[in-house]
Amino acid sequence: MLQKQQLQAETIRRISGVNTRKCMKCGKCTATCPAHSEMDISPHRFVSMVENNEIDALMSSDSLWKCLSCFACVERCPRGVEPANLIEAVRVTAVRMQNRNRLLPENIPSLLNNKLPQQALVSAFRKYSK
Amino acid sequence: MTFDYYPGCTLKTKAKELDIHARSAAEALGIKLEELTDWQCCGAVYPMAKDEIATRLSSVRALAASRDNGRDLLTLCSACHHVIKRVNNDMQTDEEIRTKVNNYMSPETEYHGETKVVHYLEMLRDTIGFDTIRQRAVKPLTGKKIGAYYGCLLLRPNKVMAFDNPENPTVLEDFIRALGAEPVIYPYRNECCGGYISLENNELSAKKCDQITVSALENKADMLITACPLCMYNLDANTNSEHKTKLPIVYFTELLAQVLDI
Amino acid sequence: MQRIGVFVCWCGTNIAATVDIDTVVEAMKREPGVVHSSDYQYMCSEAGQSRIRNAIKEHNLTGIVVCACSPRMHETTFRKAAKAAGLNEFMVEIANIREHCAWIHKDRTEATEKAVVLARTAVAKLNLNKPLTPGTSDVVKRALVIGGGIAGIQSALDIAEAGYQVDIVEKEPTIGGKMAQLDKTFPTLDCAACILTPKMVEAAQHDNINLITYSEVDSVSGFVGNFTVKIRKKARSVKADICSGCGICTEKCPSKKAKSEFNMGLNNRSAIYIPFAQAIPNVPVIDRDQCIKFKTGKCGLCAKVCPADAIDFSQQDEIIEQKYGAVVLATGFKPIKLDNFDEYSYAASQDVITSLELERIMNAAGPTGGKLLRPSDKKHPHTMVFVQCVGSRDTTGCGKTYCSKICCMYTAKHAMLIREKYPDIDVHVFYIDVRTPGKNFDEFYRRAAEDYGVNYIKGMVGKVAPTNGKLMVQGSDLIADRQVIIEADMVVLATAIEPDQTAKSLATMLTASIDTNNFFTEAHPKLRPVESPTAGVFLSGVCQGPKDIPETVAQASAAAVKVVGLLSKDKLVSNPCVAGSNELLCNGCSNCQHVCPYGAIDYVEKEFRINGKIKIRRVAQVNEAVCQGCGACTVVCPSGAMDLKGFTNQQIMAEVDAICR
Ligand SMILES: Cc1cc2nc3c(=O)[nH]c(=O)nc-3n(C[C@H](O)[C@H](O)[C@H](O)COP(=O)(O)OP(=O)(O)OC[C@H]3O[C@@H](n4cnc5c(N)ncnc54)[C@H](O)[C@@H]3O)c2cc1C
Ligand code: SF4
Ligand code: SF4
Ligand code: SF4
Ligand code: SF4
Repeated sequence: MLQKQQLQAETIRRISGVNTRKCMKCGKCTATCPAHSEMDISPHRFVSMVENNEIDALMSSDSLWKCLSCFACVERCPRGVEPANLIEAVRVTAVRMQNRNRLLPENIPSLLNNKLPQQALVSAFRKYSK
Repeated sequence: MTFDYYPGCTLKTKAKELDIHARSAAEALGIKLEELTDWQCCGAVYPMAKDEIATRLSSVRALAASRDNGRDLLTLCSACHHVIKRVNNDMQTDEEIRTKVNNYMSPETEYHGETKVVHYLEMLRDTIGFDTIRQRAVKPLTGKKIGAYYGCLLLRPNKVMAFDNPENPTVLEDFIRALGAEPVIYPYRNECCGGYISLENNELSAKKCDQITVSALENKADMLITACPLCMYNLDANTNSEHKTKLPIVYFTELLAQVLDI
Repeated sequence: MQRIGVFVCWCGTNIAATVDIDTVVEAMKREPGVVHSSDYQYMCSEAGQSRIRNAIKEHNLTGIVVCACSPRMHETTFRKAAKAAGLNEFMVEIANIREHCAWIHKDRTEATEKAVVLARTAVAKLNLNKPLTPGTSDVVKRALVIGGGIAGIQSALDIAEAGYQVDIVEKEPTIGGKMAQLDKTFPTLDCAACILTPKMVEAAQHDNINLITYSEVDSVSGFVGNFTVKIRKKARSVKADICSGCGICTEKCPSKKAKSEFNMGLNNRSAIYIPFAQAIPNVPVIDRDQCIKFKTGKCGLCAKVCPADAIDFSQQDEIIEQKYGAVVLATGFKPIKLDNFDEYSYAASQDVITSLELERIMNAAGPTGGKLLRPSDKKHPHTMVFVQCVGSRDTTGCGKTYCSKICCMYTAKHAMLIREKYPDIDVHVFYIDVRTPGKNFDEFYRRAAEDYGVNYIKGMVGKVAPTNGKLMVQGSDLIADRQVIIEADMVVLATAIEPDQTAKSLATMLTASIDTNNFFTEAHPKLRPVESPTAGVFLSGVCQGPKDIPETVAQASAAAVKVVGLLSKDKLVSNPCVAGSNELLCNGCSNCQHVCPYGAIDYVEKEFRINGKIKIRRVAQVNEAVCQGCGACTVVCPSGAMDLKGFTNQQIMAEVDAICR
């Protein structure tokens, strides 16, 4: 089990391009995050949890679906860590697993309204499904 | 001057105003926009994971076509601009992505990020010049107080987007001045509207949009302008209706066309 | 043929653990010229040195190679030992088998192989060494201190007390530096002015100190013991010798819209101004960009009201030239610009200020008379937020990578002083780490938290949004793992500090080195912390690295001792390893003159007899007193005429051959 998490963590570090060791644990990412009120795991904790191979908890975290990819944390992190990339990498790892798609085509009609731009649908599919 | 133009999916449907006025204003200002033939949707979000290759291909196709045409690639929607500019950066700087993409597409000439990606606002600022726009303003918006809403995607991450000061941008404010109006500077103009989250979590987007509009109203804005259809949607659909009536939101190109009297 | 002795040092286990000493000793026995090869645990110890001395006598050695640590450590030691045994000290070569070998390799075989190569290279060179005799030069018994902050003042006072003349060149109209702007000072909370101004007065009145204010160094030439410095005295437009400092002019001056530099732009000053009441010298200066007379030709009110007739609109910049034996750099620092940190709304809101601005607001002589008022509406604040590490410890290129070292302490000071004077104000401090090493420092910080109720929050601020006359401070509280929003009246940014921007040009003028952050580099970070690698140039205060006042003063006095040590010598032994040209080969191309960083090369016209005819040719000549032996000229000389004693082209080639063998 442990070994699985370690392998996953390595993949996540690789595909995110994030060097988690650069984080000095200042918390500016968490201070910055506009979605923090909805998150169960704060952005700064993503960094240390990936560093410590605690992937299971992250994979089932609600934060995965709350991050807005607004890049505010990336912009303001004083150490160039790019926490958003890490959250994305965990999310991608999650949706790539079987039956982990969050958004299914059959749900779409109920979400539609006549003003909703295509962009929103495309984005959501890209973010929530494989 | 002629640019290759990448309109993107939403501009063909829900954000027609953004597109139509951009085209007519450019024409009036002596800029030719050649719509790329066969462009495909950019995917709307930048694939941050480095092993995502397929989701980068449509951007690279547009970029490579523009390279072959020998022109700069002009974008308008904030999201398209963000995605295409960042993918272009990957093609310039990330050896692995570059190799995989080129291997897959096997184009006649490998693409290495040669194309320059220009946002419409950058074209107004750097090619035409805001002074020219000020001179060409037939119906200036004198007395209007307009708040610029930047959102996230145009500005961040600054390292790649290199668009403006990400925390205290000025391009839209200068644009507003060129239209004869007064820009309203409010602190939340570069905070997120919620983006795609509104599809499944309306409340979060509503919270964010309220913060933005309240802040703009407090600073006495009469209206907001944006370059992004999703920002437009969220600010329109998710803002508390009381604020909404006080603070209409339009695409910046609509105002441009109006001022140029097209 | 030389008779060479090789001495291989173990350096305890430092070398011996990685390099097989016996192999090196045995290999050297087979090298040409070597008649003796031995080893010892600590060659630099007295026992080691005596082995060297004895071997020189016993084997009649003409030169020695010591395989040990860096020559920066012990070259002098071994030269002295050789000299004591009757050898010329320049017949000593060091093979650095510690830093260049043992410390950077892990594999013993590899390291041993390399040690052998380094040793035989030194032997190859030594085979071509010739005894050299150093010359001497005079020492000018006068020191120059650049920068008149607390560092420069302290260095100058100590040098002056030892009996030497000192000039302080200060670019501002007054001495005092940043300390003059501070309110109270940690860790004892004494008022800065009360402890600084007496020192300023002492410096001004000292017979051996000469203040050259409102002046900057224009150029430097020469070398240790004998620098020639040109100083530009900027035109004050006031005759300093007859001005009585009454200040009538500054009151009457109608142009009062210039931002006061001393008060960090928080209030205005007149065009003719004295930076602050205790300024030294107490002589005003006219800011010509603001003066109506200079801008329009009209006005001249100050000249009319001056009872001493001291105003002189026609004054020009003046260049003075002076010789010095030693130079102390004390150019200090300034807070960084906050353009890259607009998320804190420093530019957007007047109520977001830097810590140095807060010092002025808290200072009884400051713009608010010491009352803590919000700059925007001059109202009493109820909630204040301090943000530490603004622009420090930032590796993104927006700020500085280093810790500014003083801000944790002065933030604790500010928070404590505010809570003491205004218990009704809530004070929050966002911190990443609280760094308070130093005598009584951590106790000081804890007092702020425990006795004064300052709320320390571990976390950072992500955004400050000016909203409805308040500042919405959005931060993180990492211990509670939550995001917090504090509605504050004022936000104070503990802004990173950086060296004064003149450091770079001074470094070029003095060939003193600076690091990537423009702090002056010390000759050795541990063992020579107040000397620059350039002989005769010394470092004092924050220009060398961030530090507080106690450390600054300690370093300033240390630099002074080094200066006094230098000035107390009548003669300096000069380095005999200088360049010289072979006039028969020199073609007069001037290449060497262009590259010489010390201006040591001149050209002379000389008669030569060539094929029976007399010809006049232009040839290079090196002024040995000025040459520092850098060797730049030998490299650019196209005809191979330039050579460096002790490092001749032949010797270098022999070394290369020995490495490639
Ligand atoms: C907000 C704040 C609060 C502080 N509070 C405390 C405290 O409570 N306790 C404490 O111990 N420390 C405190 N410090 C630190 C203290 O200010 C410094 O340690 C001290 O001022 C360093 O003195 P210095 O002489 O090295 O530099 P400076 O004070 O900067 O002096 C340098 C001088 O050199 C001059 N100069 C620069 N370049 C040239 C040039 N090219 N030619 C001629 N002159 C030049 C400058 O004009 C200046 O007068 C505080 C610092 C700040 C920013
Ligand atoms: S990118 Fe995600 S984690 Fe980062 S600040 Fe935005 S919402 Fe928060
Ligand atoms: S802002 Fe950067 S350095 Fe600070 S905690 Fe977040 S990831 Fe780590
Ligand atoms: S009025 Fe004259 S004497 Fe008085 S301070 Fe001014 S210049 Fe000096
Ligand atoms: S001294 Fe403290 S506040 Fe200043 S940079 Fe260092 S850790 Fe940050």
